[in-house]
Amino acid sequence: MSGSATFTTRRAPGSGRSADAGGRRPRWTPGRIALLVVALLLTAAWLLPLAWAVATSLKPEGDTTRTPFSWTGSRVTFDAYSKVWESGDLMVWLMNSAYISVMTTLLTVVTCAMAAYGFTRTDFRGRRLLYGLVLAGIMVPPQVLIAPLFREMVQLGLVDTYWGVILPQVAVPAMVFILVKFFEGVPRELEEAAFVDGAGRWRVFWTIVIPLSRPVLAAVAIFTFISTWNNFLWPFLVTTDPGGMTLPVGLVNVQSTFGVRYAQIMASLVIAGLPLLIVFAFFQRQIVRGIAHTGLAGQ
Amino acid sequence: MTSTAAAAPASVAKPDGGAAGRPLRGVRRKWTEHGLVFIAPFLLVYALFLVWPLVSGLGMSLTSENITGSGGEFVGLDNYAEAVRDPDVWSSLWNTVWFTVLSTVPLVVVGLVLALLAHQLRVVQWLWRLSWFAPFLLPSGVVCLLFLNMILPSGFGLADQLLATVGLTPEIGWLTDERYAMLSIVATTVWWTVGFNFLLYLAALQAIPAHLYEAAELDGAGTWKRLLHITLPMLRRTTGLVVVLQVLASLKIFDQVYIMTGGGPDESTRPILQYVYQQGFTGYRIGYASAVSYIFFALILTVSLVQPLLSRRRAEEAAK
Repeated sequence: MSGSATFTTRRAPGSGRSADAGGRRPRWTPGRIALLVVALLLTAAWLLPLAWAVATSLKPEGDTTRTPFSWTGSRVTFDAYSKVWESGDLMVWLMNSAYISVMTTLLTVVTCAMAAYGFTRTDFRGRRLLYGLVLAGIMVPPQVLIAPLFREMVQLGLVDTYWGVILPQVAVPAMVFILVKFFEGVPRELEEAAFVDGAGRWRVFWTIVIPLSRPVLAAVAIFTFISTWNNFLWPFLVTTDPGGMTLPVGLVNVQSTFGVRYAQIMASLVIAGLPLLIVFAFFQRQIVRGIAHTGLAGQ
Repeated sequence: MTSTAAAAPASVAKPDGGAAGRPLRGVRRKWTEHGLVFIAPFLLVYALFLVWPLVSGLGMSLTSENITGSGGEFVGLDNYAEAVRDPDVWSSLWNTVWFTVLSTVPLVVVGLVLALLAHQLRVVQWLWRLSWFAPFLLPSGVVCLLFLNMILPSGFGLADQLLATVGLTPEIGWLTDERYAMLSIVATTVWWTVGFNFLLYLAALQAIPAHLYEAAELDGAGTWKRLLHITLPMLRRTTGLVVVLQVLASLKIFDQVYIMTGGGPDESTRPILQYVYQQGFTGYRIGYASAVSYIFFALILTVSLVQPLLSRRRAEEAAK
């Protein structure tokens, strides 16, 4: 029960805005203005690399190494973008990354939600033991398993396949734990009423439990999607064919072939980084909340 | 299988199983039905891709196996004995720990400072979240290639050019000089992932009850006093968790080093995971690589075991 208590405290900040705000508008005292200046300077420092990447990607190739440094080249051009786009690989990797991340997220959410429901709402011999076994898995970092997992993939013939990248990323015990904590806090009355009305287990799960859990499922999905989209080590190990690489792996793989074409390197980085940033711009609140919940409760 | 199991626990049924003492036998039975069916898909993937590699890895670490699966002879603890005597294991373990120490401190402190700033200012929250958290959403490949190109071309990179505008031409080999390579990787990591700790701290700050501050204000406590006597103490358990999570994350360093320095110069930045990779995937000694993995795992486990203690305390405090 203590677990669900933690979950509720985690939920509070999102729903009730800032507690400290207390409703009144803050005054602009000299101290606060000083804080604002510090915060703006730090913001500038954090945005600087991104701004540089974008600025460089818009320069003509010949202007990128010119000294002294200037933010703009002799003209603004999208040459680098069209060159990178035409080379084709980037599109392939983008599609690979999208497919792999969507599939992994979908499978993770479905299998973990079902498992968590099974652990909280059913009873069978060995349930506690199994749950203990799953929880113990939280302490096993996937990075420790790369050698045996790779050999297993060779044996299963899954090297250089989408499934080879996806499957090892699906069973995340921490996500089961988060969902179990959530289900424990959901009252059973609704489900009971449905049982009385003759609904089956499966229907109750999909039509009552899943819709009720939308926020926590969204949090799990967001967390899974981001970590899969950005995962480097495993896709890097299990794909050797450039046509099957994910975006991060493909980029690192070809970095040397760019040579000193900085504008093109930066254009490809901008294209690679943009999708998640756009998603973030639209779903800032949900993503922030999802990370804050899963981040602490999940580890 | 489920039905036989269902009969027994029915009597142990959950306290809220048959609400208000109604003898809803059918409903009660429902609660015990099909448990394994729900858990099976997860268990299958879990067993195949986590439990089995964990077990088979342990087995492999006792053999002289190479990556194609041939030549696997049982060698007992030879691999472990070799690893303990292997200076490369020790140096890469040291690099890993050193990176963890160097990165954890700024990642936690800067994360806290950024969160305090954002929370205190209360305005344009989207801007703080965007600039400090957004880098976390970039793949390691993007971040590392960006920083690589910012600092690498000596004299031409953004870092050197910015220093030149204020009259400094230090000609530092940011990634080629042993004194700076690790620090450059740490700086890249801080820029990239501090947003995660920032968010955790921000959520914790927003969960501090407003009445504590109101009471303090009535007592005439100023901003600093409130920070010292309310905010920081209230953040103690969050800090404990953030530190443990950060240590665990930093110990798993691979991407940044592999992409930015390849472990150099002179192996001075090579972390233990990269050594496992080199032994197993480019040196084909997968048995030995497994043994080194298990030594690394032991290190991770030691740190993880500190965490349940912390979270138990957290739960107790939350229950108060």
